[in-house]
Amino acid sequence: MRRWTLGGALLAALSAVVLVAGCGSSGGTSGSSGSSSSGSGATAGLTPPQAGTAVPSSVGKTEGKLNLIAWEGYAQPQWVNPFEKATGCQVSVKYAGSSSEMVSLMAGGGGGQYDLVSASGDADLRLIYGGDVKPININLIPSWKDFHPFLQAPPFNTIGGKHYGVSYEFGPNVLLYSKKAFPTAPDSWSVLYDKKYAGQITVPNNPIQIADAALYLSKTQPSLGITDPYELTQSQFNATVALLKQQQPLVKKYWDLASQEISLFSSGTTVVGAAWPYQANTLNAAGQKVAGIIPSQGATGWADTWMLATHAPHPNCAYHWMQWVTTPKVQAQEAVYFGETPANKLACPIMDSIQKGSCEAYHANAPESYFNTIKFWKTPLAQCGNGKNDCVPFQQWVTAWTQITG
Amino acid sequence: MTSTALQESRAVPAPGSARLSAALWRRAWLRATLTLSPPLAWFLVIYLASLVVMLITAFWSVNPFTNNLEHTWTLANFQQIFTSTYLTIIGRTVGMAAVVTVTDAVLAFPFAYYMAREATPRGRQLLFTAVLLPLWASYLARVYAWIVILQKGGTLSWFFTKIGVGTVNIGYTNTAMWLVFSYIWLPFMIIPVYAALERIPDSLLEASGDLGARNWRTLRSVLLPLALPGVVAGSIFTFSLTLGDFITPLLIGGANSNFIGNVIYSNLGTANNLPFAAALALVPIVIMICYLVGARFLGAFESM
Repeated sequence: MRRWTLGGALLAALSAVVLVAGCGSSGGTSGSSGSSSSGSGATAGLTPPQAGTAVPSSVGKTEGKLNLIAWEGYAQPQWVNPFEKATGCQVSVKYAGSSSEMVSLMAGGGGGQYDLVSASGDADLRLIYGGDVKPININLIPSWKDFHPFLQAPPFNTIGGKHYGVSYEFGPNVLLYSKKAFPTAPDSWSVLYDKKYAGQITVPNNPIQIADAALYLSKTQPSLGITDPYELTQSQFNATVALLKQQQPLVKKYWDLASQEISLFSSGTTVVGAAWPYQANTLNAAGQKVAGIIPSQGATGWADTWMLATHAPHPNCAYHWMQWVTTPKVQAQEAVYFGETPANKLACPIMDSIQKGSCEAYHANAPESYFNTIKFWKTPLAQCGNGKNDCVPFQQWVTAWTQITG
Repeated sequence: MTSTALQESRAVPAPGSARLSAALWRRAWLRATLTLSPPLAWFLVIYLASLVVMLITAFWSVNPFTNNLEHTWTLANFQQIFTSTYLTIIGRTVGMAAVVTVTDAVLAFPFAYYMAREATPRGRQLLFTAVLLPLWASYLARVYAWIVILQKGGTLSWFFTKIGVGTVNIGYTNTAMWLVFSYIWLPFMIIPVYAALERIPDSLLEASGDLGARNWRTLRSVLLPLALPGVVAGSIFTFSLTLGDFITPLLIGGANSNFIGNVIYSNLGTANNLPFAAALALVPIVIMICYLVGARFLGAFESM
């Protein structure tokens, strides 16, 4: 009997906590509910904490070391080894599995340990406003002037004219379809909401997917007034979530891994879905008859940025790295290795020399109009671009996504 | 006799280690303290401290803008759990754990009975190996094997087409999850039930027969009550393992397949909302404590 007193006490304590909380929710004893606390006015007119940090005017003596946080595949020996040889900076890499993991690792200005992070657009603003990254002197990166103009100062990494990093590579989220099920190519995201394909649809299991639906609604229901799929007012957000809830019974699987979607398409379980170009290329290489396209409404996409940690211990090596990875050669190597589009326009011929036709396949030579069809991921914030403070922040996107996927 | 021995040991000057062991022998409390303190410290620091940290975190919140922890006390996380979205997910998780437990108990009982009471020693060894063999393969490999079996055009569908039933397409559904969970946790039910059945003396069954009970009656009145603690012990495994799983829902489940673990995972990995994840993580703990208290009344801990 005695050995159960501890367990009993623990049980009583835990049950009490849950019960109190339960009563609280019905009685409304606590003043701040989940939704009202997240829409607080604290963020209006906020400037990034590191906005005033001075940038260096030249790159000094290298420190001999460089610590990176990167996506897997972003620090391959093909370009890391020559970099180490040329600069004497020994590179250590910590691979992160998600944008949020990057944000966690970078907490406290990079922890005084990390120098650079290859953050995606949905993490950038969190890093900037969390004070974890600081402005860089973009003039110290010569290749920057060869970038596609829209990646030179994109809103997800440049605030108030200050560059919190240098753009790296990007890619669109495409509409993937089986050519067997679609003799004529679809030209609209509407097929993802079509009852005709019930049980044969797959979309990513990611809250940022709400932006895909918002983009679709911005074109099909102009009366909602959606101009930016990442800046949604409560009513626009509700309409988008309602559309996704209608879609849910039609969805066979919300995929978490690219390999899941590949297997869903090769087995014929699904015939249409939202995907990355990587899945389309892999399936095509395996002889599956599929295609990945950007429909008439445009598409969302990701764009990665190398960002400098506030407390970077090796800033000079970090600048050398940013110079190195933006050169056409490394840009091309990365693009072909990972299956994405380089920021540097001069990378195209080198891509073709590495793998014939890859420049065309990854749209590195596409006209500027192509890039304008892509709405790049950025963190949804309460503070909309226009200075108003009535947009739905990312945490509520996550909550809504749980409601949608069930 | 003892006094002579003591006098003798005193006569010889004892080396340090001998004196220490003698001191320990004389003071039982010291011995107990020294042997128990390392595991106890481990238990307190690693097990309980992490639980307490989680409990405290559950009362904090996250700044929606910077994602930094805000150390102000709030019950908002617990209030959020009591909304229909999360109650549905908790209900689904507990329901699946219960269904899987019942399925495994029904499957395991005859199997364990045969192993314990009918099989030859050699057959028993073979069966034991067969039960434990899947545990040597990676969990992921076994779940992936089920994807191949259950998906459209997979082995199951092929089989049903061959025997003329028509195609089956139950991949990425809750039915698929039920099948996979029942398969994966079955060994954890068979072993304790086997242990309980093996312990029942033959004489009890003979006595039941002598008193005129038929097989069915013996099963109901003698075997089942005596094996129940084993079933309950096995159910602790199957129930808690299903309750805490998030990989099978992620790989096998379709829409409407989120488990508590998946929501915790997405709040940690995607949203970086540690406080809500912590609050939600307390739910399975509370459920399991209730379950264990119930299991104790059924005598499960006697057969573990």
